[in-house]
Amino acid sequence: MSIETTPDVVAKTPRERSFGRRRKIGRFALPTYSWLVIAYLVFPIAIMIVYSFNRIIGGLQLVSFSWNGFTTLWYQQWSNVPGLTAAFWLSIRLALVSTVIATVLGTFLAIALVRYRSNKFRGKVAVEQILFLNIAAPEIVMGASLLGLFVTLNIGRGFVTLVLAHVMFSIAYVTVTVRARLAGFDRSLEEAAYDLGANPLATFRLVTLPLIMPGVLAGALMAFALSIDDFVTSNFVSGSSDPFPVWVYGATRVGIPPQVFVFGTFIFMVGIGFAFMSIVLSRK
Amino acid sequence: MDESVLTDHPGSVEKQRHSSGWGKKLAPYLLSLPAGVWLLLLFIVPLCILLIQSLETCSPATGQCVMTWSWGELPRQVNLYHQQFITSLIFAAIATVIDLVISFPIAYWIAFYGGRRKNFFLIMLLVPFFVSFIIRTIVWEFILSNNGFILTFLRHQHLVPAGFHVLGTSYAVIAGLAYNYLPFTALPLYVAIERIDRRVLDAAYDLYANRREAFLRVILPLSMPGIFAAFLLTFIPAFGDYVNQEILGGTGNTMIGTVIQNSFLVNFDYAGGASLSVVLLAVALVGIWLYARLLGTSTINEYL
Repeated sequence: MSIETTPDVVAKTPRERSFGRRRKIGRFALPTYSWLVIAYLVFPIAIMIVYSFNRIIGGLQLVSFSWNGFTTLWYQQWSNVPGLTAAFWLSIRLALVSTVIATVLGTFLAIALVRYRSNKFRGKVAVEQILFLNIAAPEIVMGASLLGLFVTLNIGRGFVTLVLAHVMFSIAYVTVTVRARLAGFDRSLEEAAYDLGANPLATFRLVTLPLIMPGVLAGALMAFALSIDDFVTSNFVSGSSDPFPVWVYGATRVGIPPQVFVFGTFIFMVGIGFAFMSIVLSRK
Repeated sequence: MDESVLTDHPGSVEKQRHSSGWGKKLAPYLLSLPAGVWLLLLFIVPLCILLIQSLETCSPATGQCVMTWSWGELPRQVNLYHQQFITSLIFAAIATVIDLVISFPIAYWIAFYGGRRKNFFLIMLLVPFFVSFIIRTIVWEFILSNNGFILTFLRHQHLVPAGFHVLGTSYAVIAGLAYNYLPFTALPLYVAIERIDRRVLDAAYDLYANRREAFLRVILPLSMPGIFAAFLLTFIPAFGDYVNQEILGGTGNTMIGTVIQNSFLVNFDYAGGASLSVVLLAVALVGIWLYARLLGTSTINEYL
């Protein structure tokens, strides 16, 4: 742990003595505690997955907490609840469209923020403050204010207003993510491309973009995750076209069909798959 | 450098052409224009509209709102709903403190002892985010419900009285908030603790600090930025949250988010809802401003 070599002394240094104690805590108490916290975080997810396989007795096909036996029926009938399936596909479409737009806009903004100091880029400080405010502001205020805007301008709420809103709250996260990856970017590679006669567009496409691609992909994943899970803003601006979380929230009043847990399990598996894939890729 | 050689080189001419003129000067503005316009029109302008709407007066009967430039709506709404504001502040504060206490040791453990499995543990911290926020909360509703297995078990063991219930109480709401926002607390803490130079800690032990002193005088002060970031990223969303209260809470612990949502979506009282939103934003801005003053706005990048 220490860099310098300790001189030959017989007595233990205070650090060595405390190091022994620190290791003991690191070996037993802390790991046990940490695994308990992880178990607590995973617990409701495990419940969701288990109960997506629960048989349901009785007329109404709604989730209940009594265990009636194992069934894969809800996976076979995953699309049997019409409103839910429509809401799910709407969420996927919405997430795809808003991710593409937010990733492009956010990446450009990140490049501008990393490349240019405030003497070359007037308003840079203001842009940074707006990004910060956008991330920190309570979502309900953003949702309510968007509703006010759409009502004032008499814009009908639906898919378009959802895209407008989702891009709005994703841009800042994409910019921040891409910007972090851009910080260590070697600009001499771009200069080399110019020296070899490449025009700015070719340089961006052939040199800059491939180099910042991991950051852009991370930003895109973030935007996708934010969009597909968003409830508060969507609830304000969705009108009659409910995305998945809004539909599920509406369903809590009458009861949850088991297919909700099937979709939840599916989204969870895909998300965790992507996360572990990114670990494996980053190890290379 | 030999200028004649450089001017003969084709690349240097290209480079000069691109590095001069309007294109270069406009580049930062052109790059930031699309995102800037989007944020201006859909983030800043709506907030201004919200402010203006709070000065309107709406008729409860027709739902029509007229601009009256009256500042009366703000104090009137605060007067009506101050209890819900206080409830939200208390719930969010308790949930944030619980999250800080729960996640500090695990963030410390991952940062100092995570080794090669750090990324794996970080994903485990983020695991709730892979399930929809609403579904997470609904599952807690099932778990805590009166015929859920936990309460059924406790009743069978006679550990709780027959009429004991959790759903509908403030405890359920705070527990839901604490669960849902825990990753927002744990990640910034991890980032801050990870940055602590081990040699500083070693130096403290060399100077005969005991574990408690090393923690209080080295680790805790050095992880302060992370604690602030965690507070900002947990407290503000929890303060404006209404999903946990709507699903897990009851009539006695309504939070301000529920009132705002109902004003806009149920009662169509836009002036009232806007007034409450302005107050909510003002409270949040105090925290945001404090954070910006203490740590600077760009540091938030590091904790996301």
